[in-house]
Amino acid sequence: MIRPSARESAFAGRELGIVVALVAVVVAATIARPSFLSGQGIHDLFLNASIIGLLAIGQALLVITRNIDLSVGSVMGLTAYLSGQLFLADKDLPVVVVVLAGIGLGAVCGAINGALVAIAKVPALVVTLGTLYVFRGIDYAWASATDTTQINAYQMPAGFLDLGSGSLLGIPNLTLITLVVLAIAAYALHNFRAGRELYAIGSNPDAARLAGIPTGRRVFGAFVISGGLVGLAGVMHAAYFGTINASVGTGRELAVVAAVVVGGVAIFGGSGTVVGAVLGALLLTTVTSALPILGVPAFWQRAVDGAALLVAISLDRAFMVRLAERLRAERAVRRAG
Amino acid sequence: MPPLLELRDVHKSFAAVHALRGVSIELHAGEVHGLAGENGAGKSTIVRTIGGEHRPDTGEVLVDGQPVVFGGPRDAQRHGIAVIHQEPTQFPDLTVAENVFMGRQPLRSFRRIDRAAMNRRAAELFSSLGVPIEPGRVTRGLSIADQQIIEIGKALSAEARIIVMDEPTAALSTVEAERLFRVAGRLAENGAALLFISHRLEEMYAICQRVTVLRDGALVTTAPIADLDRDTLVRSMVGRPVSQLYPERDAEAGDTALVVEGLTRAGVFADVSFQVRRGEIVGLAGLVGSGRSEVARAIFGVDQLDRGVVTVAGKRLRAGDPKAAIEAGVAMVPEDRREQGLILDLSIERNATLPRLGAVSRWGVMSRAKERSTARTWAQRLGVKHAKLSDPVATLSGGNQQKVVLGKWLATEPVVLIVDEPTRGIDVGAKVEVHALLSELAASGIAVLMISSELSEVLGMADRVLVMHEGRLTAELSTADATEENVLRAATGDAG
Repeated sequence: MIRPSARESAFAGRELGIVVALVAVVVAATIARPSFLSGQGIHDLFLNASIIGLLAIGQALLVITRNIDLSVGSVMGLTAYLSGQLFLADKDLPVVVVVLAGIGLGAVCGAINGALVAIAKVPALVVTLGTLYVFRGIDYAWASATDTTQINAYQMPAGFLDLGSGSLLGIPNLTLITLVVLAIAAYALHNFRAGRELYAIGSNPDAARLAGIPTGRRVFGAFVISGGLVGLAGVMHAAYFGTINASVGTGRELAVVAAVVVGGVAIFGGSGTVVGAVLGALLLTTVTSALPILGVPAFWQRAVDGAALLVAISLDRAFMVRLAERLRAERAVRRAG
Repeated sequence: MPPLLELRDVHKSFAAVHALRGVSIELHAGEVHGLAGENGAGKSTIVRTIGGEHRPDTGEVLVDGQPVVFGGPRDAQRHGIAVIHQEPTQFPDLTVAENVFMGRQPLRSFRRIDRAAMNRRAAELFSSLGVPIEPGRVTRGLSIADQQIIEIGKALSAEARIIVMDEPTAALSTVEAERLFRVAGRLAENGAALLFISHRLEEMYAICQRVTVLRDGALVTTAPIADLDRDTLVRSMVGRPVSQLYPERDAEAGDTALVVEGLTRAGVFADVSFQVRRGEIVGLAGLVGSGRSEVARAIFGVDQLDRGVVTVAGKRLRAGDPKAAIEAGVAMVPEDRREQGLILDLSIERNATLPRLGAVSRWGVMSRAKERSTARTWAQRLGVKHAKLSDPVATLSGGNQQKVVLGKWLATEPVVLIVDEPTRGIDVGAKVEVHALLSELAASGIAVLMISSELSEVLGMADRVLVMHEGRLTAELSTADATEENVLRAATGDAG
């Protein structure tokens, strides 16, 4: 008999847990202010969660392989700024070119991170902490060299701004993009060898090498894809807000890592899903929007993100202990049987 | 017919260390070939060379008579080679079937993984091995024996013809090891060539047809194992006669040092009672998972107790308090010295003085000189072979690491010494030294409780043997009654 593994079913439980928490927050906020659950309210919730959700997908790919990318905020800032600069140079540039350029620049940044991690064997935490400052520095240098501290909506074409604020069948464009990326990533991670190999690398790097998995190439690939997604998120940010300066995305990295961990991706790699990561992003965004409604001053938002992170990690730990006990009991039963 | 695999005059150096000096080995189809030698003799280097992890400096590797060059583990796998490593290398977060087929998953359209086929094939594989392991469960929490079987499943699913087993039995109980041997024997019958490495010589005699002995990276001999008696084999491994594997013991048992009454921890062990007297070595036998190590951990106070009393030298210990246990004179050398006994990156002297920082400190500030002199005393007494005391423990061989752990606890001048698998993964020469050391310690009036999976060690060392089965003490045997058969019967719960 083949039944889903204890771990798999438990993580379905984790995703269920996030949904429950999400419902609880929404219910509380709606009681305090009924408009929270209006069509516009839900629309805003999804829109707000779209960009961080996209970042969470990329981050989850890396965390699954026991890596991390702290430079996401800077890469996002750089690509957002790039899209503004491209329109400054030529306002008639097709939107798709700008989107591809953003993804391309993000992928290049990811490739730099990935090369330093996979080839030079420097821990990802250190590499991306370094590139966090380097990429941000380039962003500022670019802004000061071109003497353009801020790029405003009127300098961008309407088609581009529509990408950010428009919707299709009532679903915001940005949310659609994130959902499509999520569906592809979730399917690929589950059904292709390369996807399973990312889990294997995070679960036991030495064993992955012995199993003949090209670990360096896979980790490099994960960084490039993740970088591309961050680039896309940067372009989406530019299209959504319409105002870009060199400090876009500052501090985003911690919110993204928190979302991924809250979403059940183990920080030491090997387990978790991108669906969980996006749900984590949605939960944190919803909490953020609900706080002022529930009468909590906005400056508590960071503290709440942090608290959610701590609660999630404590729950994971408690869960692992329980799992270990159950497995031990199962073993005892099998031995007796 | 050429041998399936041949190493021809292989040399390999790492920096200044000449790990292999002109070694040649032939592995033939249908044969289990033993590889014997002390730690550092070059066995691991041979394993890694065959597995594609190392490339020889000079010399050749031939598969089916054709020279090959392996660029990495995957190349070796493509030539039908599978290495089952000493420590099983699993992905704990993934399912059993995924572990077996990682990198080689059966595919359906669009190169997608065919999970149903994968689980089915894994199930078939395990039932052909006669070991039911559920393919859909995660490997986390599986016993080491089951993990070894998964490794073998991996080798079989890759249709490996050349299977290297690097100390597969180091962590297995006798029954589990026998199951492994049956599987290995069947593989050889089906035409595979096996290279088998073990520190347990009786296993070599049980399953190998020929044996190759290495010493200091050089080939000593290759011969049918039937032509080598035990003494000759050991002598060729260590390069000197080993007069006796176990020391002569005629210790006089003194006062009762350790009394354990009704120890119970729900679901782990129940109603465990026994005594150990000064000068005595009491063996605690049983299968892995029978609760032996857990009892030891509970006595030492690392784990909580549900019921029961531990008394050391007449003084009742507070349960669940290792500090109280240390103060009362209990010392414990844990099963996994790397994880629990040593801090590998710290220096030898730091490790040696860790449990008694108080004694090398004044007003809370540690004295380097005192630390060093204490460490030096114990390193000398135990014969630890080291370059500098300030070197990290990781640089020592397994046997010498074990001596540092022993030294660390002996420095606390214990009344009761608990050792869990004291010679696991240690070569023959060092084993003899550790055994002699334990015997000396007992003679000096320490009560020794020794846990071991190696039956011959328990029988050779202990004055009395306690046997556990599924959390209960099932037998207490005197040296006279403690035969291999009696111990095994009690350990498997076969009272009849």
